[in-house]
Amino acid sequence: MSNDNPAIPRLDGHDKVTGRAQYVDDIHMPGMLHGATIRSTIARGTITGITFDPALDWSGFTIVTAADIPGKNEVLLLTTDQPFLADGRVRHHAEPILLLAHEDREMLRRAAGAITIRYREEPACLDVRQALRPEYLQHGTDNTFHKIDIIKGDVDAGFDEADLILDETYETGAQEQAYIEPQGMIARPSPEGSGIEIFGSLQCPYYVVKAVTHLLGIPVEELRVVQTTTGGGFGGKEEYPSIIAGHAALLALKSGRPVKLVYDRYEDILATTKRHPSITRVKAGATRDGRLTALEIDLVLDGGAYVTLTPVVLSRASLHASGPYEVPNISIRARARLTNTPPHGAFRGFGAPQSIFAVERHIDRMARSLGLSPLEFRRRNYLKLGSVMATGQVVRDDIDMHELATTVYERLGGAAREAELAAANAASSHKRSALGFAAFYHGAGFTGSGEERLASQVAARLDGDGHVEILSSNTEIGQGTITIFSIIAAKALGLDPSEIRVAPPDTARVPDSGPTVASRTAMVVGWLVQQAVLDLAVKLAERCSDALRVVAPESLRGDTFRRAAAQAVESGCRVVGRSKYEKPAFVEWDEVNYRGDAYATYAWAVYGCEVTVDTRTFEVEVTRFVANQDVGGVLHPVLAAGQIQGGVVQALGWALCEEVVYDKGAVRNAALSTYVIPTFVDVPPIEILFATTPYEFGPMGAKGIGELPMDGPAPAVLNAIAVALGAEPERVPCRPEYLMLLADPALADARG
Amino acid sequence: MADITTTFRVNGREVTVTGPPFRRLLDVLREELRLTGSKEGCGEGECGACSAIMNGELINTCIVPVLQAEGAVIMTVEMLADTPAGAAVQRAFLEHGGAQCGICTPGMIVAATWVAQHQFRGEIREMLAGNLCRCTGYDLIVTSVEAALNALAKDGSRE
Repeated sequence: MSNDNPAIPRLDGHDKVTGRAQYVDDIHMPGMLHGATIRSTIARGTITGITFDPALDWSGFTIVTAADIPGKNEVLLLTTDQPFLADGRVRHHAEPILLLAHEDREMLRRAAGAITIRYREEPACLDVRQALRPEYLQHGTDNTFHKIDIIKGDVDAGFDEADLILDETYETGAQEQAYIEPQGMIARPSPEGSGIEIFGSLQCPYYVVKAVTHLLGIPVEELRVVQTTTGGGFGGKEEYPSIIAGHAALLALKSGRPVKLVYDRYEDILATTKRHPSITRVKAGATRDGRLTALEIDLVLDGGAYVTLTPVVLSRASLHASGPYEVPNISIRARARLTNTPPHGAFRGFGAPQSIFAVERHIDRMARSLGLSPLEFRRRNYLKLGSVMATGQVVRDDIDMHELATTVYERLGGAAREAELAAANAASSHKRSALGFAAFYHGAGFTGSGEERLASQVAARLDGDGHVEILSSNTEIGQGTITIFSIIAAKALGLDPSEIRVAPPDTARVPDSGPTVASRTAMVVGWLVQQAVLDLAVKLAERCSDALRVVAPESLRGDTFRRAAAQAVESGCRVVGRSKYEKPAFVEWDEVNYRGDAYATYAWAVYGCEVTVDTRTFEVEVTRFVANQDVGGVLHPVLAAGQIQGGVVQALGWALCEEVVYDKGAVRNAALSTYVIPTFVDVPPIEILFATTPYEFGPMGAKGIGELPMDGPAPAVLNAIAVALGAEPERVPCRPEYLMLLADPALADARG
Repeated sequence: MADITTTFRVNGREVTVTGPPFRRLLDVLREELRLTGSKEGCGEGECGACSAIMNGELINTCIVPVLQAEGAVIMTVEMLADTPAGAAVQRAFLEHGGAQCGICTPGMIVAATWVAQHQFRGEIREMLAGNLCRCTGYDLIVTSVEAALNALAKDGSRE
């Protein structure tokens, strides 16, 4: 790993290790009320009546219904189909219907039990395969939220050329983000007159501004949104916080007091968005010598009850569905449909893990059918510099996937290890071990023209001490935004990262630099941070030059910059450096036909692992895991390692143990004791390797890194399980019960 | 049930609180004593974010009723910097990337400090398995705790 960037301690670390960091639930305001949300107990129907038990004294309660909404009862995001509060009709279990606030949380618990909501139930669609049936129609003409078709070449001709055609279907389940800090918001009437202030756990302050101003019917000047220290997000705090913020704001408006609305774990898992379940049919054709000739993919995402971010998730799923392979003929047909489960939404990887799981499982099966090793079959088909992807995008990265794969294979012990495992398997009555791999890419930043539409802006100014302050709306959610922005700005100006201040995301102060999602913060916004501080230097030189006697901005670095900044502050010469996103000139995207450069650049990776399956219990133990990736320049080796290791373990959870269990559309395991995420002892150390081919438009050559590690572990582990068991698992989570049923016929045969 | 009065020591200070006997110790610490370093992640003793040390035992304060704290000596994350083991663990988490979003960090650091104070030998992963983290994948926490234990062994002081 070539890296000369220093591993400085994370700049928000001290407050976190001492327990001083203030998360939303740690904040107390004078006169503050607690809020509660009364939710539907059915999956679909009409509300026929609401009764408040007269035995309870309701005088101390603030009660909000849809009728109290001053603006529009619509969660404004990509569309407006989702209400803040159900108004007559219910589309999913745990849908918000009523809001309460009271000084005493115990009274809120009592009140929740004293409200009776009656419904006339309607048939609920609980299986996305049945979403097209007319009795379930609730959206558009056929419950389809979004459709995407990507065509390259002619798949029929491609299948005609093939010696082998394999057609299989893969499924993935919902996954809870399970950030350890549950969601929460505080809203209060602005102490300085009109308007509302919102403080909370969130990834995207300006999403909240957009949704809550629409809800309250107020101009943006009257809403201030401030991020509090946020205990993990993983996409789960991308869009849902807007709903909680809206609810808290409605209660604050009606009561005239600050209102804290913090979910406990039960409510959080019950109500908030999860990863989209998927069903993906993959049909692939290859020649006898192992060249892919055609790839036909039919992908369906379960969107849940409302659109949320589903169209964009479907887009990313489609654009990663054909894997890192150059296939002359590709057809990708992707559909997202409604079901009456709580809406699915953003989660690290954003659709890509689902489609990559399918294609990477399928590639392994193709290899076996062709009598090739999985890595050799992949080697014959990898994308490389100049290759043409499914959308017609020409690969601009000089990438050698086989080299990444070879390194992983050797790290895991290579052919010698495979021989050892084969011998050990033959000698053991019940342990079966094998290696497995997955190869993939992840597009960094918003898809297509998304970054152009966002037109993100960053500002940089001098604070009273002559320090550089970065103003952006991008949030620190554990991934290291504050530290990374400081390193980038410091490097650009020849300063120490400790001399940079990153302003807290407060929409009263910071410009809209876009949401903290899509592996865009370091690469896209980090680049803007670099441009903004360089612009600050230029303006210092130009506008404050009388005082500074400096004309060449490029000389404004290090001590020269420090002196200039101090003099500018002293002389009152105020300048603000600014930057705004401009797409790299080579990027061309046709949104209508899904042709062109889907992403400006990609991170590339090959992951490998060794697993052992116990054929008595069907427990799977991942004993080794090697993650090798080219993410461009590594900005901070420790933070980068933390991102990859954390993502891999989250993906191992999705692969092996995390299952959301639904009963009539309601989540039945809404607790961390029943929704099981990996612990210290469930996962091996994650070994990491970085290749660092710099990206020309990334700060210090960096590409996005956050989502990539979510993509590869599930197919790598299931590919290893397939080899170990001699059976082909087709779904995640791949739990022992599923594996036992899958392997049972094989065991029966073996027993004769 | 009638309110009860409970007296115990927290971080070296004697406190007396009055309220329902089955009030969660976590709520008393966070809401009444404003010691918000202990976090609620699950409310059922599963995640360890609310960890504290009571009478030398590592506990989940979300499943300990306040009545059980009568006469107890309790240490929360807020006091750890004042102990050699706690300070060493905090320093190691900073240096080795043991904290990311930080919400599990206080509980993790309390648990790691308890391990360090008791000079336990064994697998760090086993000893900390009562604490969940969703950011790190655990490796950098293990690295941090190893570094703290090594630093303490070098110093020869544990308390």
